[in-house]
Amino acid sequence: MTAPPRVVVVGAGPAGARAALAAARGGIRVVLVDGEPRVGGQYHRHPLAEPGSRRLHPLERSVVAQPRIEHLSRATVWALEAGPRPGSHLVHLQQGSADAAGRTQRTLVADALVLCTGAYDRVLPFPGWELPGVVTAGAARALAVGQRTAVGRRVVVSGTGPFLLPAAVSLLTAGSRVAGVYEAGKPSRWLRNLPAALRDGGPALLAELASYAGALARHRVPCRSRRAVVAAHGDGRVEAVTVARLDARWGVVPGSERVIAPVDALCVGYGFLPQLELPLAAGCLVRDGRVVVDARQATSAPGVYAAGEVTGVAGPVAAAAEGELAGLAAAADLSRACVPAREAAAAARVRAGRRFAAALEETYPIREGWRSRLTEDTLVCRCEEVTYGQLRDAVTDRGADAMRTIKLTCRVGLGACQGRICGRNAADLVAGLLGRPPADTLATDRRPLAHPVRLGDLASGPDGPPATC
Amino acid sequence: MRVLGEGVDVVVVGGGIVGAACAEALTRRGVRVLLAERGPLAGQTTARGDGRLLISDKPPGPGLTLAMASLRRWPLLLAALREELGPARAACEYERKGGLAVAVRAEEAAALRELAAAQRSAGADARELTPDEAIGREPHLTPAVRAAVHYPEDARLQPVLAATALLAAVRARGGEIRTGVHVLSVLTGADGWVVGVQTPDGPLPCGAVVNAGGPRAGTLAEAAGASLPVLPRYGTVLVTAPLPPGTVRHTVHGTVAGGPPVVVGAAPGGQVLISSGRRRAGADEALRADDLRALARCTAALFPVLAGVPVLRAYGGFHPGTPDGLPVIGEDPRHPGLWHAAGHAGAGVALAAATGELLGQLFTGEPPLVDPEPFRVARPGLGLAEEENRCP
Repeated sequence: MTAPPRVVVVGAGPAGARAALAAARGGIRVVLVDGEPRVGGQYHRHPLAEPGSRRLHPLERSVVAQPRIEHLSRATVWALEAGPRPGSHLVHLQQGSADAAGRTQRTLVADALVLCTGAYDRVLPFPGWELPGVVTAGAARALAVGQRTAVGRRVVVSGTGPFLLPAAVSLLTAGSRVAGVYEAGKPSRWLRNLPAALRDGGPALLAELASYAGALARHRVPCRSRRAVVAAHGDGRVEAVTVARLDARWGVVPGSERVIAPVDALCVGYGFLPQLELPLAAGCLVRDGRVVVDARQATSAPGVYAAGEVTGVAGPVAAAAEGELAGLAAAADLSRACVPAREAAAAARVRAGRRFAAALEETYPIREGWRSRLTEDTLVCRCEEVTYGQLRDAVTDRGADAMRTIKLTCRVGLGACQGRICGRNAADLVAGLLGRPPADTLATDRRPLAHPVRLGDLASGPDGPPATC
Repeated sequence: MRVLGEGVDVVVVGGGIVGAACAEALTRRGVRVLLAERGPLAGQTTARGDGRLLISDKPPGPGLTLAMASLRRWPLLLAALREELGPARAACEYERKGGLAVAVRAEEAAALRELAAAQRSAGADARELTPDEAIGREPHLTPAVRAAVHYPEDARLQPVLAATALLAAVRARGGEIRTGVHVLSVLTGADGWVVGVQTPDGPLPCGAVVNAGGPRAGTLAEAAGASLPVLPRYGTVLVTAPLPPGTVRHTVHGTVAGGPPVVVGAAPGGQVLISSGRRRAGADEALRADDLRALARCTAALFPVLAGVPVLRAYGGFHPGTPDGLPVIGEDPRHPGLWHAAGHAGAGVALAAATGELLGQLFTGEPPLVDPEPFRVARPGLGLAEEENRCP
């Protein structure tokens, strides 16, 4: 090997940017790959997208100032393959605007790979969720913060998890009226253990949550727990929603249904689902929907590290700590130049983040009662318009008993989103129908082609590993 | 056939399209069947193919004869299933859309015409087209096409739907289907005849075993002490975003610019499926970017209009192969009561209808629909002849 070793970091959010910086400071060449134009990911969208401003966010400035980091923006990794040396990988990526053909194809050899691909919003299906005007809480916030545009004038927010609060506040800031925030869980349990929450989440985070709650209270937004939107109604667009009280299993309490009208948008968020296609392509062990990492963020696959929300959702502070630890570990493993003190400090913050993630998950679990709201005609997969009845027939009439064959039988998850929105829900519904989880629960997360590639762009790509590696 | 006092007449090992077709053909003849599948039903090779029913790619010989019989058998079989199960449970997207083989370079054009002539003399419907006629049938085909042959009998279906429909019929006739059953070996009695199969949970008594284990058929045969040269081969499929109807009308296959053979055809939803030939495979395979690029290059050359279309997904899978490229169908003379229906070389879906029927006929002593000699275990071609790899 003549060239110095190289780390490829995928994802430039808080975890990926910190991983790139830590590895680069350790003397390693880093390529930081991200689909967005600028560093920051979903979380730092706000400070980066100030209209008319080219001011750099501190994180972005550090990345730009670091000569050993090559930042590939608007770049997506579409496949990973084993590389020429043990623990190395070929990273196949394309760079350029997603709207146009002719994206540049490139293949990198990564001596170590740090996967910080983040997570996306989870939405649980209910009658009417396919209506225009029903959006994810994350999309609503991105629109409000990034483009100062409100998804609607009178909006309802429903789901579970602390992210609903900043999403609702961002709507207020963008000029919407928020007709209610309905939290399906019962978060008060968590706050009973305030010392632990303070220790692991940090005072800043609690202050942040308190400020959101304050803003909602000032605007007299009703915030209720153990309630959720169980149906959306409208002719061609959401015009009204039904809110109901939920029992402990999230079944609807009979007689508690109440219609809220008029509304012109509904924001839904049931936590987040890690983006697993690249970790799975790299052969990383995944358990309970998360990439399994050791105390140094190393995955089960040699040469592959993971950080941030792919390993569990605990917010940007924890993600940044994991990213730094992963970058340090990757650099240390490649150069044998370990910085024990920094690794130890980062590891301590990571442990706090993990406790916080566990507390979040315990506070905001998804209860199986959501399945009971589905009717014969409720769409499970919006891309391919597969109803719950069709999914059930695939299992009961056709005897399909694995996600791969269920997909091919009723076409759930075969559309444009390739199961990113519906895959986990479908697997949960199938588990309910079979009375056991399907053998291949992760089949809808496995995407050997991690991102769509135009046929002509694929044809233009270079064959084999690059000559200079 | 021997019928035991307890247990079933036949255990079919393998819940893919070939095992399902064998179980269907046997239960239709009143044979009591238990189908044992180690993983999910129709979840391995059957879920990783492209569902093409082709004669266009078969050179004259027993492979073509079996393919022709199977392509003619499929619509009859599906009509009977519709009658028995009702249209919804028997539906499997069967569509006789016709095939088109095309050649761009002079030497390939000559070879294609020669192949078509030989296929015609073997009874296949293979109609030579002028380049203009080919573009008339397939408007987005490259204008560089030099030779084309139309195969009106070529068809397509959705393999998982077809397999689950066959299995539904097996169930409806009282056959039993068990998943998560790993058949470890074949048990024989004192007289050397099959008496059952061994599983981790104990023996399953039966009078005969049908080995329809797909790429793993060789492993079961080995465990039964009757080795079978079935080796895994790897094939790759690309699926595009949906396109307007009629963008690609036939199942088109061809070779361009010295690349690998590629098969291009649309599914009912408008997605175009692009599949490769099969290559030799190791035990653990992953998709290779170079394979995907080679497929993309050939496809974009055949159909320049597809260059701007996004490829949404890609999958690969193992397909069984034999040294002479022909499947093994029939009883193993070394092991009375052990039958094989294996080694379909990537054409298991196309050949399943005839394979199940032939096995059922041989099992009950009816006259066979094709000459079974070329497919028997003891043929000289197994392990001796040169390897062929003609099936896409």
